[in-house]
Amino acid sequence: MQLINPGFGLIFWMTLAFLIVLFVLTKYAWKPILASLKEREDSIEDALQAAEEAKKEMAALQAKNETLLKQAREERDIMLADARKIKEQIIGEAREKANKEASIIVEDAREQINSEKQAALIELKNLIATYSIEIAEKVLRQELSDSKKQQAFVDKLLKETQLN
Amino acid sequence: MGDKSISKQYFPLATLLLFFLFLGTTLLAQHHESKVDENWKEEALQQDFKAGDMIIEHITDSYEWHILTWNKTHVSIYLPVILYDQGEWHVFSSKHLHHGEAPYQGYHVAKEGFNGGKLVRTDTEGNEIRPDYDISITKNVLAIFISIFLLMWIFISVANSYKKRKGHAPKGMQSLLEPLILFVRDDIAKASIGHNYEKYTPYLLTIFFFIFFNNLFGIIPFFPGGANVTGNIGVTGVMAAFTFIITTFSANKNYWVHIINMPGVPWWLKLPLPLMPIVEIMGMFTKPFVLMVRLFANMTAGHIIVLGFVSLIFIFGHIAPVAGYGVSVVSVAFSIFMDILEVLVALIQAYVFTILSALYFGMATEEAH
Repeated sequence: MQLINPGFGLIFWMTLAFLIVLFVLTKYAWKPILASLKEREDSIEDALQAAEEAKKEMAALQAKNETLLKQAREERDIMLADARKIKEQIIGEAREKANKEASIIVEDAREQINSEKQAALIELKNLIATYSIEIAEKVLRQELSDSKKQQAFVDKLLKETQLN
Repeated sequence: MGDKSISKQYFPLATLLLFFLFLGTTLLAQHHESKVDENWKEEALQQDFKAGDMIIEHITDSYEWHILTWNKTHVSIYLPVILYDQGEWHVFSSKHLHHGEAPYQGYHVAKEGFNGGKLVRTDTEGNEIRPDYDISITKNVLAIFISIFLLMWIFISVANSYKKRKGHAPKGMQSLLEPLILFVRDDIAKASIGHNYEKYTPYLLTIFFFIFFNNLFGIIPFFPGGANVTGNIGVTGVMAAFTFIITTFSANKNYWVHIINMPGVPWWLKLPLPLMPIVEIMGMFTKPFVLMVRLFANMTAGHIIVLGFVSLIFIFGHIAPVAGYGVSVVSVAFSIFMDILEVLVALIQAYVFTILSALYFGMATEEAH
């Protein structure tokens, strides 16, 4: 029975001692300890968050780099394509111009040839005419050596003239 | 810097040792060979070993701190007796009580019964009456003083190392105790109370470490351990009362509504006979009562079992020395097993008391849902 009969003195001293220990520990131990634990946890939390943010930023940077690279590549492709087009255009133009010039030259040559030919023909005609006249003269001289024959020829010429 | 910091570090320990030395030299038995002592020796020689008495002596409070008996001489720390009775103060050393065998200034230690082990006076009809106020520094009171001194020393130095090593990893005592502090804060306070746990954490930490330290000290078989502080119903009662007071004073409207008019319960359980309110009001008191009894019974039972195993050696030894030696092997093995179990129980009971207190605070501050 004595086990469950609490002593008054023990209760008195226990209450006093417990109040003291509760007060002293709360003020000088638990509050600073809990405060520093919280502070440490917060700093760890902050550090983790900062790391996470840095990681995100890094990823964003990388993505940006990638897009930049892609853009540059696209630009290069466009530039190359443009250059090719310009090159073709230039070649085309040159070819066209050359063709045109060639045709002009050919035309000129043809014209010259034509005119030369014409001149040659005229000269030939003249020559032939001169020769013909000479030949005709000679023939006529030979034919018209007697008067009869001359008469006959005049007649014939007249006849022809009448017919005309 | 080494010498200075070491001397600073060991200063409290040195003070503590000096305190005990002082206690020892002033209060320790002087081997006086008075008549009463002689008589007691005679009696002791004739007495057989009584396991029950020995066990009860070890688990109850006493006016002196018995350390050992060597050659029929008791070596004890005699503690001051302080009584206030019938308008008069009586202050004397428990040395005058001669281990509870002799009366002094009209007071003697009751042998048995409800008041067993406590100072009483005998009235004219022969009834044993306890003095009005007995605020003696008993064995348990001294053990409480030692434990609170140690608690304050340890935790204030830990708090200082938190200040000194700000932003660094814990070290030494700090790293030993930090998991326990975090355990109490996160798994007991935060888990049981909820968002406003911070207000109660200091109290929960205090009872946790107070119970845990005293439980461990109770397992140590010699001074300054060995006092059955947490196995004393007065001590557990005071702590349970603190929990009850804090619960009641921090209770919100929701808590009282649940006690007076429990929602979700058929009306005929409240009117005309208020069955539920009666049960709930009883519950308010049974909760701390159970806290008190659980800790007291667990610690006392553990001590009784260990002491019982040790007693077996002497009981068998009394029958035949050979039997005593034979049993001692088994008994010591079982005692070691029980002591290890007690270390576990020391932690578990501190945990249980703390988490139940936290749950009661949580119930008292829970918002209506």
